[in-house]
Amino acid sequence: MSEFKQTFNSSLGKKLIMALTGLFLCTFLIVHVGGNLLLFKHDDGFAFNSYANFLTHFPPIEVIAYILYFFIILHSVYALVLTIKNRRARPVGYAVTTKSPTSWSSKNMGLLGSILLLFIVIHMGDFWFTYKYKDILPFKEYRTNLATNETTVSEYKPEVPTFERSISVENNVEIVRVKDLHSRIQWSFSHLWYVVFYVIAMFAVSFHLLHGFQSAFKTLGWVHKKYDGIVSFIGTWLFAVIIPLLFALMPIVYYFQSLGK
Amino acid sequence: MSHENMNLTLKVWRQKNTQTPGKFVTYKAEGISPDMSFLEMLDVVNESLIKKQEDPIHFDHDCREGICGSCSLYINGRPHGPKRAITTCQLHMRSFNDGDTVTIEPWRSAAFPVIKDLATDRSAFDRIQQAGGFISVNTGGVPDANSTPIPKVVADEAFNSATCIGCGACVAACKNASAMLFTSAKITQLGLLPQGQPERWSRVQAMVKQMDKEGFGNCTNTGACEAECPKEITLMNISRMNNDFFSAKLFREEHTHDHSGNG
Amino acid sequence: MSLNANIPQGPLAEKWSKHKFNLKLVNPANKRKYNVIVVGTGLAGASAAASLAELGYNVTAFCFQDSPRRAHSIAAQGGINAAKNYQNDGDSVYRLFYDTIKGGDYRAREANVHRLAENSVNIIDQCVAQGVPFAREYGGLLDNRSFGGAQVSRTFYARGQTGQQLLLGAYSALNRQINLGKVKMYTRHEMLDVVMIDGHAKGIVTRNLVTGAIDTHAAHAVLLCTGGYGNVFYLSTNAIGSNVTAAWRAHKRGAYFANPCYTQIHPTCIPVTGDHQSKLTLMSESLRNDGRVWAPKTVEIAKKLRNKEITASQVKEEDRDYFLERKYPSFGNLVPRDVASRNAKDMADEGRGVGTSGFAVYLDFADAISRMGEDTVRAKYGNLFDMYYQITDENPYKQPMRIYPAVHYTMGGLWVDYNLSTNVPGLYALGECNFSDHGANRLGASALMQGLSDGYFVIPYTLGDYLATIGPKPVDKNHPAFAQTKQDVLDNVNKLLSLKGNKTVVEYHRELGHIMWEYCGMARSKEGLTKAKAMIKELKADFWKNAVVVGENEELNLSLERAGRVADFIELGELMVTDALMRNESCGGHFRIESQTEEGEALRDDENYAFVAAWEFKGENQEEELHKEELVFENVKLTQRSYK
Repeated sequence: MSEFKQTFNSSLGKKLIMALTGLFLCTFLIVHVGGNLLLFKHDDGFAFNSYANFLTHFPPIEVIAYILYFFIILHSVYALVLTIKNRRARPVGYAVTTKSPTSWSSKNMGLLGSILLLFIVIHMGDFWFTYKYKDILPFKEYRTNLATNETTVSEYKPEVPTFERSISVENNVEIVRVKDLHSRIQWSFSHLWYVVFYVIAMFAVSFHLLHGFQSAFKTLGWVHKKYDGIVSFIGTWLFAVIIPLLFALMPIVYYFQSLGK
Repeated sequence: MSHENMNLTLKVWRQKNTQTPGKFVTYKAEGISPDMSFLEMLDVVNESLIKKQEDPIHFDHDCREGICGSCSLYINGRPHGPKRAITTCQLHMRSFNDGDTVTIEPWRSAAFPVIKDLATDRSAFDRIQQAGGFISVNTGGVPDANSTPIPKVVADEAFNSATCIGCGACVAACKNASAMLFTSAKITQLGLLPQGQPERWSRVQAMVKQMDKEGFGNCTNTGACEAECPKEITLMNISRMNNDFFSAKLFREEHTHDHSGNG
Repeated sequence: MSLNANIPQGPLAEKWSKHKFNLKLVNPANKRKYNVIVVGTGLAGASAAASLAELGYNVTAFCFQDSPRRAHSIAAQGGINAAKNYQNDGDSVYRLFYDTIKGGDYRAREANVHRLAENSVNIIDQCVAQGVPFAREYGGLLDNRSFGGAQVSRTFYARGQTGQQLLLGAYSALNRQINLGKVKMYTRHEMLDVVMIDGHAKGIVTRNLVTGAIDTHAAHAVLLCTGGYGNVFYLSTNAIGSNVTAAWRAHKRGAYFANPCYTQIHPTCIPVTGDHQSKLTLMSESLRNDGRVWAPKTVEIAKKLRNKEITASQVKEEDRDYFLERKYPSFGNLVPRDVASRNAKDMADEGRGVGTSGFAVYLDFADAISRMGEDTVRAKYGNLFDMYYQITDENPYKQPMRIYPAVHYTMGGLWVDYNLSTNVPGLYALGECNFSDHGANRLGASALMQGLSDGYFVIPYTLGDYLATIGPKPVDKNHPAFAQTKQDVLDNVNKLLSLKGNKTVVEYHRELGHIMWEYCGMARSKEGLTKAKAMIKELKADFWKNAVVVGENEELNLSLERAGRVADFIELGELMVTDALMRNESCGGHFRIESQTEEGEALRDDENYAFVAAWEFKGENQEEELHKEELVFENVKLTQRSYK
């Protein structure tokens, strides 16, 4: 076996993969939540739709996106492999188990991860796949008067089915025609069960990262008295509170907006 | 906390040998003094069993002062019983109340097969240490003990790891039956000291390799091991081991030193 | 008959170096043709097995525990002596030698003890090289503390678990050799006999404690490193499994047993609480560095304390008798163990003992805490205080500890010559298993030193001499002696298993312990010992009639294991009493009430008893025969020990 293969087949190597992919996914979440904050902009999805279009058409991002998908799969597969191995390590269980002084999340990473995987599949199927591979989304046309900076919006029917996006300027008016993911989001988040599912998933994100982020540092051996406080602070507040909260607010806000219409 | 003698109900795992399946058997432990140690309470039960010509409950024990690491026992869902930082032999019956039911199970791990009743085979720990848990110096011909000063903080930190008694409570407590706390404590002790540096990178590889071979589970940084360790060895050891292992595997040129003697 | 200890000629300080030169060597290529059996993997066994394997011998090692690391050396707390003189306080090899000879009440061999002191400095070097984490000063150098019987600080320590750290060092060296294939390790195997061919030890018989398999193992030499026999007293600080069986079976095959009555009663143990007690726990001697031992001045106050009408801290300063400081102003609380123990016993006998039983005195840290602060005391002794709290449920930071002497170590053991060879060629005894270096009383922190000296620095030289003499011809395992000895072991096992009476072996053990403690403990008399001898004989007969052993051989069987060990303890007990009766003098741990000074100190009789008593087994239920090895003192003057 080659040195690398040996390394990654060892127990510690598998942990290393879990930690590295996990941390990568954490950094992705920062980007993702940052971009999605555009949903809170009252511009009929202009910024958001442009952003969605940018993400799917800018080649470096596309490359990173495929790395991301690969890492999600890798993280899940290794989690599965490790779980099977861990189960085998204790073929006969205990008759009595008491509440041990360890955190709930650390003991339920598999459950939380499974919820997240299901969520990711549904989430991507609903938005990413629909956006990229299904021609069922409508288009919107945003006209911005460059002098007054006022924007109007209207439906747009592309002439060819392969149409993606266009930007043109006519008479000092910028015309942006783009696929309307925003309307899809509005539609999805108008269903209560869907919103509830998202909120549950964000709880799962919270608890998964509450343990996962700090755990990754431990696995990598990046542990030091002087920095443990910072890692723990970021892991708790940014990844287990702020990010899941912001994500969860999106469906909730859209749901209440849909009630108002 | 009780000061009168008490009566307890014991649910004890009985298993004739590794091959035969086991089961729980209920015993009464009567007239137990709160000053007895937990093992002395079992002695009382065993004496009465032997008097009835019945097979006594087998469990490992030896020094009965918390240092040899022989005693084990998963008592009411916790290795070494309900109190922190002690072994079963140091647990006293004043931690229980009259009328309590106490469930006693062996360590559960594929790598620690049950030999009989509550006694398990922990030789996997020996093999992990045989793989590299040493500094290769022969007897004689070593420098004066004071020739290498070691900062007190480093010596103390190494000592904290060295306090491990090899009882296996970490494996028993871990939901994955992982032996990483044990293995890492041994690696860390030698890895921190200047004497351990020449073999630092080969040692960590050899010991991790053996640990994997023994069929222990993996670490998920849950921390049950450190919570149940009678010597309060910390998770920090595992992080140190990880770091050394990755450094050794990914950034060091030396290959795994062949400890088998053929190299 | 006089015994030849093979002590080399010449000046004391040169004996060992000269002897090493005179010993025959086995050439490196031939070493691999020799097999050596090491029984026991404590400090002596693990260090010997590792060192011999490093030299190239094929070693087979055995322990009854589930791992070599669990041998009872692991439980030593306080430290290990070495004449390093790192503290610049006037220590030297000669001073360590002198302190040890004196501490042993002039009943040890000069040459052995001097060699021990010489080796002590190498031991520390060796252990540090192995990664043993001794306590260090802030400057990074090794720290020392004081122990009883010495006025210099020469004790190296590793918190309160020096034994574990030293054993883990030796165990790691052993592991390395197991990994290299030079040592074959058998755990959960108990040695039950020695195989003798033409008067030489050529192998052993073992029982696999898991499967019950009785096997024979052949070798050119057999090393017994099986520890002491303190458990003959039932209650001791030894591990439950510690036993005399290997040494006793060797004794029955011809090896002499020396000074069996020399028992060390350690002064600072946690007192007995009741009949249920299975063992006693030691509180390290190091506590006497800062703790002050006292008992109430009057019987009345002691009574109030026993009845819990008042607490220890309520006893006024003028009502306390710091009896060790009072009687021994220059050594104070750090007098040797035998002296401290006997004084504690005197307090109890006078009715001044405390605790519910009245068998305890106080070890008080109030002064130390007010002088150094609770944090410093915690840093120094925290783990011992915790241990005390776990067992007694009393907080030693608030109340003084209650302590009482308990059996801790046995200076007696198999007789060995200067080469650590028993009188049976090919059979060696190392560590606590032999009788050699401590005389009639062992000083604190010297047991670890002796075990490692024997294993690391003596046997690797002396064994070669014997092996070179007998040559590397393989031992013939088909020799009928192997089958015969195996059959003897099987017969004995079956005899034990056939016991179906109504008394458990533990009950016999406890009874034996009571007899030994009562009549062969801290104070011994002709009358008591004579009585004890008759009682033990009776107990033995009763054991083989009414004991009960359950289960079968072919399984893990604690009942059977214990039965064999207790049967041997009963026989040993009788020999101890015989020895104590013979030695009509007081020396060190052996205190005959007929022989004391006016002040009640042990009074030696150098004219008649300056010898090692080596006993020869003459057959079942026969009186053993005494052989004397005269002790010759050329360098120290025999004086009445004084620690005043």
